Amino acid sequence: MNKSWWKILSFVLLVYTVICGFLLAVPRLPILNETIRNMYFHVCMWFGMMILFTTSFIYSIKYLRDFNYRNDIFAHNFASVGCLFGILGYTTGVIWVSVTWVTQAGQSLGTVLKEPKLIGAAIALLIYGAYFVLRGSFTDIDKRARISAVYNIFAFAMLFPSIWIIPRLVGSLHPGSPGSDSGNPALDKNDMDAGMRMVFYPAVIGWTLLGVWIATLKIRVELFRDKKLIHG
Amino acid sequence: MVKKIVSHCSFLVVAFLISMSSFAQDKSVEMADTMRSNGKIYIVVAVCLTILIGLFLYMMRIDMKMSKIEKNKHAEA
Repeated sequence: MNKSWWKILSFVLLVYTVICGFLLAVPRLPILNETIRNMYFHVCMWFGMMILFTTSFIYSIKYLRDFNYRNDIFAHNFASVGCLFGILGYTTGVIWVSVTWVTQAGQSLGTVLKEPKLIGAAIALLIYGAYFVLRGSFTDIDKRARISAVYNIFAFAMLFPSIWIIPRLVGSLHPGSPGSDSGNPALDKNDMDAGMRMVFYPAVIGWTLLGVWIATLKIRVELFRDKKLIHG
Repeated sequence: MVKKIVSHCSFLVVAFLISMSSFAQDKSVEMADTMRSNGKIYIVVAVCLTILIGLFLYMMRIDMKMSKIEKNKHAEA
């Protein structure tokens, strides 16, 4: 079978996402209105980010097991595409917030952005930002790979409390927190419309595969550049 | 004949989709109904698809270029 079938799958799924995501019926909800369709784009960015960070984490562990420089390149590039997805998720979230959370008079974007979910996501992204700063500050390649692999594991561990646990312990406007009546809208089958789920899950897979494709391209460039280093 | 079957099938699919979404149809909530009745939502879909296809073509080109470079390198070694 052709090696690149998953790239085609990604394309097909994203075309499906755009067509069905815009044209199929969605639940009619006040305030959210038509913006509920952002679920196929904004939420998918975070899902994709999570999957890419998990992959990066696995490669970091692999690096620490056998000190193969290849694994370090994999871990680094998956983390960087994950960060790209995270930044896109954050930006799209801010746009979404500005029309759905800022509703009553007297609310400003500034008060709404004090949300625990937003702060948590920002902390998580900044921790990953520090990963790249850390990498950039080493001149010794082995030291860089080793220390950044250890740091990557720490960063991945920090992702859980900052994105999921803390925002769900304290009240938040974001779905999935106490105080909002929406439970866990992305994964709980009782909290998402069946028709929406038919588009949402393919969308997650499609966006994630696109991220993996970008990451593999970056990896191939780096592997090619450092070929002498790996084999030398 | 085939056309007839296709049209019947597409009717069934449409009917299925409509029946699926017929619950929770609270008309008091404002949605982009005007946009859909004008058919202009299709323009948005077309724009997004164009961007998507363009992006993927670009990705494919980079991918192919990289494959070519990698191949050349192997030939050299």
